[in-house]
Amino acid sequence: MNVAEPDYRYHTLVVTVENKSGVLARVAGLFARRGFNIESLAVAPTDDDRFSRLTIVVDLESAPLDQVVKQLDKLVNVVEIRELHPGSAVERELMIVTVEAEPDRRDELVEQLDRAGGKVLSVGADRMMLSLVGPPKRIDEFENLLRPFGIVELQRTGRVALAVLDEDA
Amino acid sequence: MTTTPMDGGQALIRALENEGVDLLFGLPGGAILPVYDPLIDSSIRHVLVRHEQGAGHMASGYAHATGRPGVLMVTSGPGATNAVTALCDAHLDSVPMVCITGQVPVGAIGTDAFQECDTTGITMSVTKHNFLVTEAQDIPRVVKEAFHIATTGRPGPVLVDIPKDIVDPGNPASAMEWSDDIEMDLPGYNPDTGVDKADIAAAADLIRSAERPVLYVGGGILKARAAEALRQLAELTGIHVVTTLMARGAFPDSHDLCLGMPGMHGNFTAVTAMQEADLLVALGARFDDRVTGRLDGFAPDARIVHVDIDSAELGKVRRADVAIRGDCRVAIEALVAELQADGLGDADRVAWRSRVSGWQERFPLVYEAWVPGQALKPQYVIERLRDLSPDDTIVASGVGQHQMWASQYWNFDHPYTWINSGGLGTMGYAIPAAIGAKAGMPDRMVWAIDGDGCFQMTAQELVTATVEGFPIKVALLNNSYLGMVRQWQEMFYDERYSEVFLSKDVPDYKMWAQSMGCEAMRVDDPDEIDAAITKANEIDDRPVVIDFRVMAEEKVYPMVPSGATNSDLVVPPLQADQPR
Repeated sequence: MNVAEPDYRYHTLVVTVENKSGVLARVAGLFARRGFNIESLAVAPTDDDRFSRLTIVVDLESAPLDQVVKQLDKLVNVVEIRELHPGSAVERELMIVTVEAEPDRRDELVEQLDRAGGKVLSVGADRMMLSLVGPPKRIDEFENLLRPFGIVELQRTGRVALAVLDEDA
Repeated sequence: MTTTPMDGGQALIRALENEGVDLLFGLPGGAILPVYDPLIDSSIRHVLVRHEQGAGHMASGYAHATGRPGVLMVTSGPGATNAVTALCDAHLDSVPMVCITGQVPVGAIGTDAFQECDTTGITMSVTKHNFLVTEAQDIPRVVKEAFHIATTGRPGPVLVDIPKDIVDPGNPASAMEWSDDIEMDLPGYNPDTGVDKADIAAAADLIRSAERPVLYVGGGILKARAAEALRQLAELTGIHVVTTLMARGAFPDSHDLCLGMPGMHGNFTAVTAMQEADLLVALGARFDDRVTGRLDGFAPDARIVHVDIDSAELGKVRRADVAIRGDCRVAIEALVAELQADGLGDADRVAWRSRVSGWQERFPLVYEAWVPGQALKPQYVIERLRDLSPDDTIVASGVGQHQMWASQYWNFDHPYTWINSGGLGTMGYAIPAAIGAKAGMPDRMVWAIDGDGCFQMTAQELVTATVEGFPIKVALLNNSYLGMVRQWQEMFYDERYSEVFLSKDVPDYKMWAQSMGCEAMRVDDPDEIDAAITKANEIDDRPVVIDFRVMAEEKVYPMVPSGATNSDLVVPPLQADQPR
């Protein structure tokens, strides 16, 4: 996946929705029929089991942010939309990845992993499974770093985000 | 709080009664069958249609005419899919409707059961909202929520899908306890209708300083019951009004300030006044492509005040200088109060008024005179219909040339007298919509103005009209063609007519209408028009169909060609030499 550079083309929307069947289809259907592009999407329950939270990264080349937010807001099951400007959000993403790791290259790999702050999840005969949590840009960089080793399988969650805390609050 | 045990089917009917439903348009089938049993004991009158699309358009016509939500009830699978066109139509024209659909039992959902379809999935994008109810106990709450959503904010159709087991008294899943204390649970739905005072003040300032202002009025005025407020605003400020296809009747055509319909087939003055304006005050209008023409050339010098209850319409198509989210009536009344309190300004509009009246003199709606040997002039038929029918006649129309002529040549002096399919452009809308209007307003005369292509799509509902006792009248402008497509092929495809000729002789509309229980006439001669209309207007115990044989060559003018700007409006040949 070609993840966004942190420029103004991509905005993150944190959308609280009612935890009801079909709600994800409503959101996805809205994006599809209005021609809005989703760069990434993460969905999970919140601490209140009546609601789920979607973190949607929207490609603003496809539509103005204002329209995306207003159309989303018209969905009856959408309870709240928080728009996180690039720079005002804490964003995290999880990647798990299996890479080629012949015994003679493992030290090198683990050194890179330690430097990035990742973890070894599993070790096989000639492969290792690693995980890394971080801002999407760091995940991108680490993914590029791993490529020369040979990526066997890779899975990213898409980003989740919350607003930066206000120092005065 | 006392509760009463009942089954889900009884609860559904009771919930509809609680919402004040007096009429239900529908057609039973397997999955919805259990609900039709308690209906027998209900105060609600059911109108048995001949096709579910008809039920949907009837509900729409009823809602347009009465302002109350139209309700239809159909079965699962094909019953639901047949209603989809009508739902989409209502969605695009913001018509408040509630559609109850039967569904296969909860346990059978997802198994490709007989007459199963994913109704909520299919209708997700053509409804304002929809529900799949899986517990009988939830039925009263969901029905209440459905009517609330359909009728508040920007109105629209809401669908409630009801699996058979929760309404079938033979199934334990249908047991529920009715309570009159029904609380809605809609945490994400807040149809706020208030307006921001600062926005109103900013809009008033733009109005005060505008030298060439136009009130651009859309269907939202009618939805907001704001016709009277609009009249106050127009008369207070002396600003001209254009009424879009969805807003015909919202401002009286006979009023001095009314310029009529703008858009692709709008009259020259309405189109040109918008195009030359320095301020457009858009009230419940959505800058539809049929109004704006090519967008980058639309009203290039105009600043925009845009009032809409749906904030997503603000800035969707054209950036507004002042965007006001709110109910049109509330906003207009606030604007009137603001202008009365702080003055109307002193902008000089003398030159503008004289330009407007000059356009009106040079470019009235015209058509070439009838010549012996020709078939009837469709415009003349509509003029006679207009002049021979009561002032408050409700007119429903199909889609195509006849729709545009009806909008142009009728004189709409009252709100809620014009019912048509504007957004979706649904052929066949006229007859069922007219039936719905007549059902809701039985004391009013209702004419459907239809084309022969449209007529053949939904004519079977005339059986419904006869059997159920809705004496509507149908003026069939029969030119043997799909006339609007024929017009485009003549003008833009070198007169290469592809699949637009229907038939001169088949069907025999008079015999067909008679077979459906209607009084039927055929008119070929201009001298017979008045007598036929007069006779039709005297009949009130059955539907009437008049087959008017009209000219196929007649075109709708003026016309903004597709892709052109409104400045390139094509006027009828009779006016081609007039200086603009």
